Amino acid sequence: MPVPDSLHRGSLRRRFRLLPVVPSILLLVLFMLAPVAWSFYASFTNAALSGKAALNPQWIGLDNYARMLTDSVFPLSAWLTVVFVAVSAILGQNVLGLVIALLMTKSGGATASLVGTAVIASWVLPEIVAAFAAYAYFSQDGTLNQLLGMLGVYGANWLYAFPMAAVILANVWRGTAFSMLVYRAALAQVPRDISEAALMDGARGWQRLAFITLPIIRGSIATNLMLVTLQTLAVFTLIWVMTAGGPSNASTTLPVLAYQEAFKLGDIGYGTAIASVLILIGMVFGTVYVRLLRRANS
Amino acid sequence: MRRPARIGAALLGVVGLLASAACSTQPQANEKQTIKIVYQRTDSFTALDKVFKDAKQEFEAANSGVTVDLQPIQANDDDYGTKLALAQRSPDTAPDVFYEDTFKVRSDVDAGYLMKLDSQLANWDEWSKFNESAKAAGRGDDGSVYAVPLGTDTRAIWYNKTVLQKAGIPLPWQPKTWDDILAAARKMKAADPSVIPFSMYAGKGTGEGTVMQSFYELLYGTGSSLYSESDKKWVVGSKGFTDSLQFLKTLYDERLSVTPADALDSNVWKKVFGQWLPQGKMGATVEGSYAPSFWQKGGSYEWAGYAQDMGVAKFPTQFGQDPGGVSMSGGWTLAVGAKTKSPGLAFKFLATAVNKKNALAFDVNNSQIAVRADVASDPGYQAANPFVKDVSDLVGVTHYRPATADYPKISLAVQQATEAVITGKQGPAEAAAEYDASVKKLVGDAKVMQK
Repeated sequence: MPVPDSLHRGSLRRRFRLLPVVPSILLLVLFMLAPVAWSFYASFTNAALSGKAALNPQWIGLDNYARMLTDSVFPLSAWLTVVFVAVSAILGQNVLGLVIALLMTKSGGATASLVGTAVIASWVLPEIVAAFAAYAYFSQDGTLNQLLGMLGVYGANWLYAFPMAAVILANVWRGTAFSMLVYRAALAQVPRDISEAALMDGARGWQRLAFITLPIIRGSIATNLMLVTLQTLAVFTLIWVMTAGGPSNASTTLPVLAYQEAFKLGDIGYGTAIASVLILIGMVFGTVYVRLLRRANS
Repeated sequence: MRRPARIGAALLGVVGLLASAACSTQPQANEKQTIKIVYQRTDSFTALDKVFKDAKQEFEAANSGVTVDLQPIQANDDDYGTKLALAQRSPDTAPDVFYEDTFKVRSDVDAGYLMKLDSQLANWDEWSKFNESAKAAGRGDDGSVYAVPLGTDTRAIWYNKTVLQKAGIPLPWQPKTWDDILAAARKMKAADPSVIPFSMYAGKGTGEGTVMQSFYELLYGTGSSLYSESDKKWVVGSKGFTDSLQFLKTLYDERLSVTPADALDSNVWKKVFGQWLPQGKMGATVEGSYAPSFWQKGGSYEWAGYAQDMGVAKFPTQFGQDPGGVSMSGGWTLAVGAKTKSPGLAFKFLATAVNKKNALAFDVNNSQIAVRADVASDPGYQAANPFVKDVSDLVGVTHYRPATADYPKISLAVQQATEAVITGKQGPAEAAAEYDASVKKLVGDAKVMQK
């Protein structure tokens, strides 16, 4: 059956429109999907950096995953990862970002831009620089203890005594700017007239926030939650520079554990298995948020 | 720009990118021959860098048409090992000649990274100048030689004479038992509570330093060991292991060593060499024979007074039992990559880098113990620092790490045990039991023996 000329041209045109994204898809497949696939494959082998297994890695099935169940560090590490993500991303960055964005819309131009600059300053730093800054702040002779010293208080060795608190605060400090920017943009979209109408009906500030503003920006909330969760799951440099996962694994999140196993101990197989679990956790979070997003949009 | 043109430009960009990536890995046939040398360089370790720069000049002058491509890696020992192993995984990145830690030789031979040197060594007249125990350091499990040693080292107690004098401890100091160490440390603490009397590394922060310069001196002085070479099995459940942890616990609990927080800082050794010992804030520490390399002229923590102020003592056995002292030895070698395209040239360069002149320069600048007879008898070597004789004598009581492929994991388990003890997370018996359990898990029950 001959295809009508116009239809034929239409589909051709649609296909042609995809052409500009082909390079980026190719690059993504090459540099993102391929390593992920390789890592997934390696997690079923005993691949290693040295020794006989480096020469001829053997297929060992699910052994690496079974080992996680008996490993004393893995459950601790998984728990620390959950704490790190929940406290520093979902609570810290997300809520603080929203609060700062709300306050900025209320306050004047000069204050808002001053606060905005201060918050974003930590975000534009390369991660390694931000990590060293946080290390210099929390370390024994660091800025925090010197400030406390001026007040006559002898500060603790924060990185040693409270490693999780230190890395969580550092991650909040570094990442809040992103949530703030997302919420600034979202709040600008909230129509003034609805808010004003509610005001006329006698709604208080918190009622307007809870019943008007938040429902309107719930799509942005879901997007933001997804992005900060995935970013925080993958945080490595910050923790590695500040505490290297110590003391006694007290701040070893899954990315740090994966690195230790793969590169410090040369056990690529087990390291990639941990990384694969991390990817799975990220996918679970991602799916949940995408569901939320869909419900928010419908 | 019209749309098709834009798309064309984007495509062209991608093709260009891919093409350039593909080309960069393709060596050109008519190019001059190049051999790639990979080694370690840090702000406090430049001795090898200097040796290789000299060797490069010497070698390129003698072999026209050959370029020596020096690729130093700036990293600590652990990270250097990781980067080197990653580079070995592909023929495109694998080096022709590289700097290799003795304890990794056997495991890297198993991995197929090192070339067998037997036939080259047979025709090399200088090989006979190397002493036998040094030759053994480069031997694989099959008995063939895969690496040529640059130098070796020992570990000893380094003490600051002025701090000991202030505490009324007679010099020269030579503790006979562990209790002698504790007694002296308590005296120093009583004389001046602000000094750190006797520092021994612990925890994962200092990595191999924790085991080589602290725990093994204790363990091998109890009569126990980490590994039985005759049975080819790892030793677990020994009393010596628990006693060694208990000794560290005493040192840290009584604040005779650095604080646990300082101990876990991977840069603590810089403070030991750079601040505490030179400023008289530390009584003594266990460190390598290479300690003077930091203090001598051109070192990273120059200290003119070290020759007068510092003293060396043997680390004692637990109760003074034979042989009356303990030391640990490591050292580094040069090896030829198994994937090299020009094995002849690579070995020739290796031979240049370890010739008498270069080996002497390395051993003197890095305070290594010579492995070549002609270097050891050189007046320049013997006069390099006042401690050469003391630390060389320790070769008689020294031990080597079990250089098996499992070793790095076992070492980490030991470091973990010391960390748990000094931070108070576990008692010595508990930490030793956890160590036993993790060793069994790491190597399997068949490769473990109870003692």
